[in-house]
Formats: sequence, structure tokens, C-alpha cells
Amino acid sequence: MELFNMILLGFLVVCAVSVSFSKNLLNSILIFMSYSLIMSIIWILLESPDLAITEAAVGAGVTSVLFFITLKKIHALQQEPKEEEPGEQNQKTE
Amino acid sequence: MSRIRKQSEYEKTFAFHFFRWLGGEKDAFVGNMEMKPQKEYVEEEATIEERMKDRQQVIAEVYDSSHNRELLFFNKLYKCFSIVFCIAIVALLVLTVSYLPSVGGADKPTNNLVSETYITDGLKDTGAVNIVTGMILSYRAFDTFGETNVLFIATCCVMIMLMVDEDKIHLNKESNDRGFEPKNDMILQIVATLLVPIVFLFGIYIILNGHLSPGGGFSGGAMIGAGMILYVAAFGFEKTERFFNEKVYKCVKVTALICYGCIVTYYFLTGANGLPSQIPLGEAGKILSGGITLPINIFVGSEVACTMYAFYALFRRGGL
Repeated sequence: MELFNMILLGFLVVCAVSVSFSKNLLNSILIFMSYSLIMSIIWILLESPDLAITEAAVGAGVTSVLFFITLKKIHALQQEPKEEEPGEQNQKTE
Repeated sequence: MSRIRKQSEYEKTFAFHFFRWLGGEKDAFVGNMEMKPQKEYVEEEATIEERMKDRQQVIAEVYDSSHNRELLFFNKLYKCFSIVFCIAIVALLVLTVSYLPSVGGADKPTNNLVSETYITDGLKDTGAVNIVTGMILSYRAFDTFGETNVLFIATCCVMIMLMVDEDKIHLNKESNDRGFEPKNDMILQIVATLLVPIVFLFGIYIILNGHLSPGGGFSGGAMIGAGMILYVAAFGFEKTERFFNEKVYKCVKVTALICYGCIVTYYFLTGANGLPSQIPLGEAGKILSGGITLPINIFVGSEVACTMYAFYALFRRGGL
């Protein structure tokens, strides 16, 4: 169990470092999501399942979804060329 | 003695002015303050050219790093210093951590009278088997009330920033993603139909068993909120509006906050004056036990679920 804990903590450090080094914003959010998931497993190992539930729901779920929407709003996600046209038109009209 | 004032007399009072201003019938600034529409900023061509020339000159003379030796030196120095600074801060923090007492152990400062009292008297005082929930909802109910208020204010702020007029939500639907419905994604819809009921049930279970098993209002509320977000993402806003619209949102949120405030006020008033609170603690381990823990859990849960959904809806289309 000690070894498993160490591996998880190592993953945590790797995730935290790679979020800041990843060039693609979408990748950063996905890594951030996995960080929260690993953190929730660590919470269970630390015998606090209530925090694990909250971390999984808020950290991995809701926060990432809000990040995704924000990226879509600022047109930072790579879209298919078909979908991109109305978005650009909309920017001009606004 | 009271009498109905005449209309002319009433119009002079402060109340009349206030309610007129509140209803938006009269803007106090119109007529009293000089208001002009903002001038459109037009830049002349000559200034643009001049600016471009200046910019070119600056780039050529100052930022040309391959020829400017000082800049080259400064860049290297900057990198060195930033690395040294980061290492110094990390070393300082690690040094501080090494001086902290280790976790656990009977003689450590974290093992003091407060936690001992919580553990020994918790069940007797609050009636909740889950000491953590009993602690944060009765010993520290004031804290949690503040947190719930923070959630309420946070949604209010997001509403102020992102709320769009009702007419504009339905205008231009396809192009600007406000109210833009997903294009019947089969995989997402089937997964959502399977998962959403389970997520809802689990969330409700966590809220109702908050005083018996790990969890509580916040965890359960967050789960229900996440389930609602999944439902909206799969089926679109039109289907959620049947059971959760702005009216329901306002009712649930305000009712939860007011009830929570009333219960906590009553609990504190009786507790501070040494009166019995008259709220039965019930038999430990039963679902209807725990005194004020169960109702407060329900209120916190509904508040959090509403907040989560409102954040998503406001970010996505600027309205509930």
C-alpha cells in the first residue's frame, strides 16, 4: 500500500508539472482533470471518503466542464472548419 | 392615527421617490446630468504610419537581441535569477515543512482539548454518528452558514457578469452557442440516460445519510449538480427547463438559505442562553436523528446543487 501511495504521489507531481509545460490548452485541462482524479483516490487512501466524493464531483467534473465552456467561448478549441464560420460571423456582428 | 395621504402630498415623500426609482420609471440622471454618446475613436493615417515607423525603429534598435549585447546579457541574467529565485522559495518552504510536527502521535499539538471534546461529546451533543458532519453543522454551523452565503453571492456575481437578456438568448441560437442544443449525440444520450438517475440517487443518498455515513450536504449537492450538468449536456436546455427554470431556481435557493438561517439562529439563541433547544436528537443511527443536522444537510445540498447548475447554465448561454 505504501508503494501504491508513492506511485500516486509521483503521478500527482508529474501532472502538476506537465500542466504548466503543456502548450495545448485542451491538454492542460485534461491533465488537470486527471490530477483531481488521482487526488480523489489519495483522499480515499487517507480515509476521508467525503472529501474524495467532493473532489471527484467538483474538481474533476464541474471545474473542468467550466474550463471547457470558457475555452469554447474564447474560440481556443480547434473546431471543424464548418463550425468555425458562424462563430466568426458572430464575432463581427457583435 | 393613520390616514391615507393625498396623491400630491405623497409625491413629495421620500418613499414615493424611492419606489419610483426602484421601478425604473425615472432615471435620476436624465435631465440633471449632461450625457453624450461616446465619440468613435478614429485614427488618422499619418499617425498610424508614424506609430508603425516608431515601432520598427524600436524593434530594430532595442529588441534586436542578436546585436544588442546588453539585452542578450540581461536575458541570460533574468533566466538565471528566476531559476535561483524558484529554487530558493522551494528550499525555504521545504525547510519550513521539516520543522512542522509530524502527523499523529499523542503528544502532538494537534491533539488538544478541542478535538478530544468533539470526539467524546460529539454524538451526545449533536446526535450525528458521522462526527465530521456533526461538527461542521452544529459546532461550526456559523462557518458553514458563511460558506453557503459565499456560494449565493458567487452565483449573484456570475449572474451580474454573464446574464443576457431573455430575448437575446433565443436570438441567433445556432451561431453563438447560447441555447445551442447538441446535435443528438447517440453515445452521450444513452450514457446520460443510464447514468443520470444513478448519480441523482447517489447524491440524494449522500445528503440524507450525511449524519450517518461519510458525506453531507456539500458532497451530495455537488453530485446532484454534476448530474444535472450531464443531463443538460446530453439533452439540451429545453428539456431541463420543464423541471428547472429560473423561477424554481430562485425559490429553491432563497428558501434554502432562509430556512438555514432561521434554524441556525434558533439553535444559537437557545444554546447561548443555556435553554434546551427542543429539537429531538433521536436515536443514534436512525435516519430521522441528528437534531438539526439532517434539515441543514438538505438545505446545503439544494443550495450547492443549484449553484453548480447555475454556473454551468450562465457560462454556457448567459441565462438559467
